[in-house]
Amino acid sequence: MSRSTPLRGVHESLGATLTDFAGWQMPLRYGSESAEHNAVRTAAGLFDLSHMGEIFVTGPQAGEALDHALVGHLSALTPGRARYTMIVDEEGGILDDLIVYRLGDEEFMVVANASNYAAVAGELAARSGAYDARVEDRSDAYALVAVQGPRSAEILGSLTDADLDGLKYYAILPATVAGAQALIARTGYTGEDGFELFVRNDDAVPLWNALSDAGSELGLVPAGLSARDTLRLEAGMPLYGNELGAGTTPFDAGLGRVVRFDKPGDFVGRAALAQAAESEPARRLVGLVARGRRVPRHGYPVTRDGEVVGEVTSGAPSQSLGKPVAIAYVAADAADAGGLTVDIRGSQEPVDIVDLPFYRRTK
Amino acid sequence: MSSIPDELSYTKEHEWVAGLDDGLTVTVGVTAFAAEQLGDVVYVQVPEVGSTVAAGDAVGEVESTKSVSDIFAPVGGEIVETNAAVVDDPSLVNSDPYGEGWLFRVRIEEEPDDLLSAAEYGALTAAES
Repeated sequence: MSRSTPLRGVHESLGATLTDFAGWQMPLRYGSESAEHNAVRTAAGLFDLSHMGEIFVTGPQAGEALDHALVGHLSALTPGRARYTMIVDEEGGILDDLIVYRLGDEEFMVVANASNYAAVAGELAARSGAYDARVEDRSDAYALVAVQGPRSAEILGSLTDADLDGLKYYAILPATVAGAQALIARTGYTGEDGFELFVRNDDAVPLWNALSDAGSELGLVPAGLSARDTLRLEAGMPLYGNELGAGTTPFDAGLGRVVRFDKPGDFVGRAALAQAAESEPARRLVGLVARGRRVPRHGYPVTRDGEVVGEVTSGAPSQSLGKPVAIAYVAADAADAGGLTVDIRGSQEPVDIVDLPFYRRTK
Repeated sequence: MSSIPDELSYTKEHEWVAGLDDGLTVTVGVTAFAAEQLGDVVYVQVPEVGSTVAAGDAVGEVESTKSVSDIFAPVGGEIVETNAAVVDDPSLVNSDPYGEGWLFRVRIEEEPDDLLSAAEYGALTAAES
């Protein structure tokens, strides 16, 4: 049985195509997903992300508990700031990628993916046993609404007295938005400026409607998971289950910088990750642009001279480049040699390796 | 509810067939229902003019942001014309699936007996949506 967010009725009234995502009925698109994608690049898009998990870690040793449980140095985080980090197993395999917000000296909010948050909450609780810290999964109480795109500050600014100019990228502050108590974070998954608003479930529909009204003259449109996926792909952001998983370490994914060996104390996965950091990875995560118009998709083999040398993890037609783009794991020697193709349903289609991200916004 | 013109015939694979009555050549495209299910179409591959196809053969593909679907020949025969405009601008499949978004024309050599009427196709899509 699929779960619904507090905004399901709104999506249905907007004529959304709903899809099952990690056990949730979520909007895939409302009309044209390309139009939604372009609206976020040029104006703004409104997203329901209430399927994400919010886990609160509180107490005098909350920071130390997170330092032990995660790969990052969270106790060093300034209150009001956020950090992209990961939770790994003893072998260094990625259990989830996370954004951790420090709400106060003794209060952190860990935002986890829909498919993983129950497991993450369990792991955090198990790993915090020796610390004076409390782990509480409040995912069921919170809705998450994101407004993303170059006009998003203007739209949100009309509904709150909060100092949005002073709110930096990867920062968070509590505020009143359209009469509702919210946590406003300047974070996102689109490659654009934007905000993520954490509110109580009961406030989700009025907040959505207020943002929708405030943005209607400025080009804001509701945007579904299809646009979210192509936006994050163009921005070169990894997706758990595609680029990241228990079989990959942060170093495999080219994200070794999130592992902080310099922090005090031991952390779960340290020994395995120290080894991974020393060894030359056998495969690399690379960006690919197709020369033709057929799209390399998740799971398609990357080939070279007829031999399989890797696998596509994500692929889609890129609105911004006008060509299909993909992210793939490719054997390091093959990536260096070039001349790659992707096996698209039996035909070897040429692709070129490019630096990620595919798209970078102009500030 | 997407439109299902009465005068066309349909396949279970969500193609439409026009011109069956004259018994010579038919025009083939994908239905409005299929276009809606696919989302924005970004790439269309049509069969080669002059090639001979059997009913049920996979002869092309329609690719959207999220997925790709084969196009099957609804009738057997020779491909006599393909729509260059839809290859250039695949969004025609979304904007005008029964008109400018047509895909190819076949000179019929083998007429199948399992094409659906508009009413039958309507019942099929009602069950799938």
